[in-house]
Amino acid sequence: MSLLTVQDLHVTYRTPGQPPVRAVRGVSFSLAAGASLGIVGESGCGKSSLARALIGLQPASAGTLTFEGRAVDRLSRQGFRDYRRAVQMVFQDATGSLNPRMTVRQTLHEVLRVHRMRPAAAIPQRVDELLDLVGLPTTVLDAFPREISGGQCQRVSFARCLALEPRLIIADEPVSALDVSVQARILNLVRSLQQRLGLSIILISHDLAVVRNICDRVAVMHDGVFVETGIAADVLDVPRHAYTRTLLEAVPDVGRALQSKLKAER
Amino acid sequence: MPHPLLQVDHLSVTFRRDGMLTTPVRDVSLTVQAGERVAVVGESGCGKSLTALSLTRLSPTDRARLQGRVLFDGTDTLALSPDALTRVRGRGIAYVFQDPSASLNPVMRVQDQIAECLPDLPRAAHRDACVELLTRTGLPDPARAARAFPCELSGGQQQRVMLAMALAARPKLLVADEPTTALDVTTQQQVLDLIDTLADADGMAVLLITHNLGLVAGRMTRVYVMYAGQVVESGAVTDVLSNPRHPYTRGLLAAVPMLDAPRNAPLQDIPGTVPSPDAWPAGCAFAPRCAQADARCHAEQPPETDDADSHRSRCWHTQPCHS
Repeated sequence: MSLLTVQDLHVTYRTPGQPPVRAVRGVSFSLAAGASLGIVGESGCGKSSLARALIGLQPASAGTLTFEGRAVDRLSRQGFRDYRRAVQMVFQDATGSLNPRMTVRQTLHEVLRVHRMRPAAAIPQRVDELLDLVGLPTTVLDAFPREISGGQCQRVSFARCLALEPRLIIADEPVSALDVSVQARILNLVRSLQQRLGLSIILISHDLAVVRNICDRVAVMHDGVFVETGIAADVLDVPRHAYTRTLLEAVPDVGRALQSKLKAER
Repeated sequence: MPHPLLQVDHLSVTFRRDGMLTTPVRDVSLTVQAGERVAVVGESGCGKSLTALSLTRLSPTDRARLQGRVLFDGTDTLALSPDALTRVRGRGIAYVFQDPSASLNPVMRVQDQIAECLPDLPRAAHRDACVELLTRTGLPDPARAARAFPCELSGGQQQRVMLAMALAARPKLLVADEPTTALDVTTQQQVLDLIDTLADADGMAVLLITHNLGLVAGRMTRVYVMYAGQVVESGAVTDVLSNPRHPYTRGLLAAVPMLDAPRNAPLQDIPGTVPSPDAWPAGCAFAPRCAQADARCHAEQPPETDDADSHRSRCWHTQPCHS
């Protein structure tokens, strides 16, 4: 059964006195439980608006969202709260999405307490489990976000999401601000979480190689619509749409660039 | 061999903080020929940007001590008077930084900012010169962009404005410090194509600082790999990337997701992190993160290979045996 079904979703921003900005113009897809979807496209193509609409941060102006068989806009207050818990988001700027005045311990305790995920006495043990899950040493617990690295902050963000035992994580450019070696570690973490916990992942990225590495399926977004969707390897190896080809050609891929350079030297 | 445009000899940058000496840039030597495309790669905290800033003493000089020589066009910028240095900055070596929105003055119109880079021109000529520069950078509607405030432009457009400013005084060397990290792949391609075109037209050399090996592979001719304040490997891009000698270079390459890699093959990461400058290891700086490290690696710093080969590295395991 599909976990999330999106049908003809529109997101329109209206400003008085100005023409409406139609950021998402009719997007439909469905995501199976445990599957991973990559959404690629340039900034301004509507991918972040789409993500915000999916988690309910931005109301959709038209279209339906169905999560586990139930229409999201017809959920009761409690039902919607459960939905918000089941669908979590990780942002690009990890350091910026953590409270600078709270230690890692306070951040993780807060989310477990507010959402009543564990009785107070069980919270410290759960925090240790979460740190273990994202591969952080317990020595970071009393650090503030600025005292740990960007990669560690991103792991804390993942731990904070996982505290709510979500079924879907939407990661919006989770590694684009990180060094390559750290990037590799976070991507491996995403993959292992998906496999170990059976999570579904929507990975938003402009890095096609990252998406190809992590995701089963990919959707190429341009100007508010999906211009091409399919199995990640198919779409990225044999792109059909001209825009997908443009994106692929813009990727500075080490292997490809070296090959053509070596060929030119011969 | 022509006289290199830029020759950095044994550059070290030392800071004194709380009575402690730290040396984030250690004994860095590099050259850039006129018109050449050279890259410096490495993780954050390896001293790439500080090296670039030190070329024109833009590093915080009140606290930093610069040692070594930076010969630019035959003169040592580290020994220049502040007045003479001002003539090298912008006219000789110009910079483009990572975050254009932070580099531009938010409350000044674009044309006024560019005009500041044109002190030799009469005021009346500023506007036309500014529009001409913006036209060269391929901005659509340059006349409108000239009157705009930075916040009215997109990231890619702002970076073009930064380029226009950098090119205003026709520098011989453009130092581009992660110029496209904040941009989309397609915008990144456009901005780098632009840098290439403009550099070709003016015979300008480019020193690109990046952590994106894809950019290095596709666009540059030579590369310096920096780790913990040192150059650990250098040479022609094709040599270094297709036949990397230093384990750090190999690690960086393995960590990059590639388009033709099999799906779900875990990416190789480099365990651990770059040590902080106040705790550089005694031996090879990379030894704590290196799978090949042995007792000698931890105890002694490896020298740079010193053969006629232009592909150099700093690793005990690629040294010829002397003993």
